[in-house]
Amino acid sequence: MLKNSILYTLIMNDKVGRYILAALLALAILVPILNIVMPEDSFLHVPTYTVSLLGKYLCYALLALALDLVWGYCGILSLGHGAFFALGGYAMGMYLMRQIGDRGVYGNAELPDFMVFLNWDSLPWYWLGFDSFTFAMIMVIVVPGLLAFVFGWLAFRSRVTGVYLSIITQALTFALMQAFFLNDFGFGGNNGLTDFKEILGFDIQSDGTRLTLFVLSAVSVILAYLACRFITTSKFGRVLVSIRDAESRTRFLGYRVEHYKLLVFIFSAMLAGIAGALFVPQVGIINPGEFSPINSIEIVIWVALGGRGTLYGAVIGALVVNYAKTYFTGAFPEIWLFMLGGLFVISTTYLPRGIVGVAESLMGKRKARSTHGSDDSPDQSDADNDKNIGEVKS
Amino acid sequence: MTTHQPINASAEIRSILYLNGVTKTFDGFKAINNLSLDIAPGELRAIIGPNGAGKSTMMDIITGKTKPDAGEVRFKDHIDLTRYDEADIANMGIGRKFQKPTVIDSLSIWDNLELALAGNRGVLQTLFYKLKAAQADRIDEVINLIGLSEKKKDLAENLSHGQKQWLEIGMLFIQEPEVLLVDEPAGGMTDYETMETARLLKDIAKSHSVIVVEHDMEFVRALDCKVTVLHEGSVLAEGTLDKVSSNPRVIEVYLGR
Repeated sequence: MLKNSILYTLIMNDKVGRYILAALLALAILVPILNIVMPEDSFLHVPTYTVSLLGKYLCYALLALALDLVWGYCGILSLGHGAFFALGGYAMGMYLMRQIGDRGVYGNAELPDFMVFLNWDSLPWYWLGFDSFTFAMIMVIVVPGLLAFVFGWLAFRSRVTGVYLSIITQALTFALMQAFFLNDFGFGGNNGLTDFKEILGFDIQSDGTRLTLFVLSAVSVILAYLACRFITTSKFGRVLVSIRDAESRTRFLGYRVEHYKLLVFIFSAMLAGIAGALFVPQVGIINPGEFSPINSIEIVIWVALGGRGTLYGAVIGALVVNYAKTYFTGAFPEIWLFMLGGLFVISTTYLPRGIVGVAESLMGKRKARSTHGSDDSPDQSDADNDKNIGEVKS
Repeated sequence: MTTHQPINASAEIRSILYLNGVTKTFDGFKAINNLSLDIAPGELRAIIGPNGAGKSTMMDIITGKTKPDAGEVRFKDHIDLTRYDEADIANMGIGRKFQKPTVIDSLSIWDNLELALAGNRGVLQTLFYKLKAAQADRIDEVINLIGLSEKKKDLAENLSHGQKQWLEIGMLFIQEPEVLLVDEPAGGMTDYETMETARLLKDIAKSHSVIVVEHDMEFVRALDCKVTVLHEGSVLAEGTLDKVSSNPRVIEVYLGR
């Protein structure tokens, strides 16, 4: 069984990742049980509100994974990944809007409320097809992927890198935000898409739907993690690292750097789109605020704080920062942004390898981080090498 | 060392690399001025010249990083290199070592060589790539050649400067190019390492064409090959080291100062 053996190698060679995957799996199984089985007054009971909150965190973890793949491994610091997330979210939102049917305020079966309000008499062409769940789910992947393809094709071919690329990605998400704010753009303008009723015929507010969405989010993170792990441990992944560390060297080795960047960027955008699509039914709204540059920068903070270039660091960073955000914006709303900024400063100046880096140092596991680790100091074995090179024979 | 790549097929080829009348101007400064160079198949050639003589620009032009304003750059007589980019040219068989040793720091020595190993560079091929036993043997062979077999699992960032130079030469070698462009391979090396590097390059030159850009005269002497002196973007003199170093113009612009 080839598939089993690939999965087996992926899991067996990834010590920390194994714990993260086990924890996610436990979460996916235990949370529904504690929600359904435990009586509501038990302290073990997980209220549905918490289930959706956890589901939201998991969507963010998926988004962080997507960013870590391009930033941590290929050095593409995207400050616009929120755009792909939001596009996936909008594709899902459009499907959910079509499910409302004639139950809107205006009772118009043909048009969503905001279009009736704008006196539109027919559905614009780009809304066609979104009645179908399958079509919408394809769009969740295709639209972010297509944008990433067009953007990446232009940027990577012209060899835009580093801070210039980051600025353009930021401009991209800002431009999309401005466009989606316009009422005439046809996506609900300022208010976005909301007031959803059903998904695949199930009540979107019901406990069962919420639990299902939560479990799907957890499973998506697990599958995405494995996919990213497969990519980064392949030779393709080592080419990505090579591009990150020495781009022109990689070109002179004969690799088409732009193809590698493009492929990984598209894949990452698709993951971000899936995260957005899982996010929208759980929070019940999608609006242009999701495109705001601040959101994209926050993703970078999650990954930096968790520890970039590790994948599991991204998952941990997203969960920890967002839990902290929920707590502090509730308890001390005025200091949260300062805390976030402070965390970022601390992580970049003192913890370049993030939370997972600190954890590894504390456990004295620096060596175990990669299979390549070695304690041999270069000086120690210089003599040996001199001897070896002296023995080169033709 | 086995000569895994015989010089065959070059029987009909007159020049492995042929530059004629090449000119490149940066903001009014003529980095390369009507440069002509002819490298025969299997030749080892040293190129010397003062700073700013155009050595690096010449390498950039040959490897596709820079497009010349005028002139022809030909590979194996019939391929016009100015029409291709770095990756194409690398895959055609022209390998390059940078002046500053450039290896992939966060990968192991083994992984560095595996990346450089000749093979398909396509995205899907690398995604589903499996190392074959013969390829693993080849990597081990080259690791032995560059004297790093004790450290093959170490990250490249832990290597000394000289060891990085060797690793990069090893990467160049395992790419199986027909022509190796080597920019200041002895930079930052001890005398002993310098001489070993010269030996290594002479070894490689038995089965490849090698162009070495170097400042160190002892090193060039150890290479014992034809020397081209560049000055202000064109060829000032060509011949044996003794011949060029007794050339009064070479002494004036380069050695004398």
